[in-house]
Amino acid sequence: MRRAVNVRVGPVTFRIGSDWAAPVAAVADLYRDYPPAAPVPDLTVRLEAPRQWRRWLRPQVAVTGDFGLPGMVPLPLAHGLLAAEMGMNLQMALGHRRHLLLHAASVERDGAALVMTGESGAGKSTLSALLAARGWRFMGDEFALLAPDTGLVHAFPRPVSLKNESIAAVQWDGARAGPVLTNTPKGTIRHLAPDAAALAASDRPARAALLLFPRFGQPPSVRPVPPGEAFARLTQASTNYVALGEAGFRALVRLVRAVPAVAVDYPDTESGIAAVEALWAG
Amino acid sequence: MAAEPLDALVAIYHRPSGTTHLLVEPAPAILDVLAGRWLDLPELRRALSDRYEVSGSIAALAERLDELVAAGLVERA
Repeated sequence: MRRAVNVRVGPVTFRIGSDWAAPVAAVADLYRDYPPAAPVPDLTVRLEAPRQWRRWLRPQVAVTGDFGLPGMVPLPLAHGLLAAEMGMNLQMALGHRRHLLLHAASVERDGAALVMTGESGAGKSTLSALLAARGWRFMGDEFALLAPDTGLVHAFPRPVSLKNESIAAVQWDGARAGPVLTNTPKGTIRHLAPDAAALAASDRPARAALLLFPRFGQPPSVRPVPPGEAFARLTQASTNYVALGEAGFRALVRLVRAVPAVAVDYPDTESGIAAVEALWAG
Repeated sequence: MAAEPLDALVAIYHRPSGTTHLLVEPAPAILDVLAGRWLDLPELRRALSDRYEVSGSIAALAERLDELVAAGLVERA
């Protein structure tokens, strides 16, 4: 790797290395206000040409690193920032063992965390960014890190990945936008680096106070989720539940026993925010 | 094996295989009664009656037992 930069997100330092300068520069710019990174990374992402000639001719970026999955399709060099973000997700999902990883967005208010988990498209990223714009502390839109020993949720405040219509829908003062990436496999994408308050507090964990299972584009509905169902859903939402063994089991049992869970269907973003605020107040 | 009641569902962590199971009664009661010992079907029925309110036929109990064997939580002698 000819170029590299270390970035720290919450408790994890990544080293992003590449054959090209552009993706590394894009990462360095998007993460420039993040807290200082450790000199030795926890996880490494490599953005390399899948074939030697692909460095020059219609250059393509293959995402590799400490851990890999077969069959990942290379991206065009213009999407190098997206490749780096995907690579960080992949390395976390496959390699991180210090916390139980929940595929969830989380925000915090008064030391208590709201954890929102759901399939891609459920609205986690948009809801978390809009709540952050309304004064909540943004903790992350991809992974919530549940500490097996304390049961606390640790922040992993990566830049929010906004897609398509969400890009215009989110106005978040203090967040810094990355470049608009068009024609990606997920449509148009723009990353928003969290505001200074979220970054300054990124080492402060929070006690989970409410678990939400949101679903965007559905008729409005609010339904309490019993602990057994929440447990089953969260095992599915965790990328390293099996790898953590009994520690992961204990952490999840503790979470679903202590924290109420609610499934929220909402037709549009505005009603989703209203439903979340009402549940939090109630 | 670790058993943690959540509501109607009991979460089981099976240490030898590292797998998690979510069970409803009477499966957790059967596992509780069988823990650490070998019982045949009539003995199991009696042991369950000693500790729990038991209803249902012995054939139904045999079916539940077969399910637990299939899940790898009970070993057939």
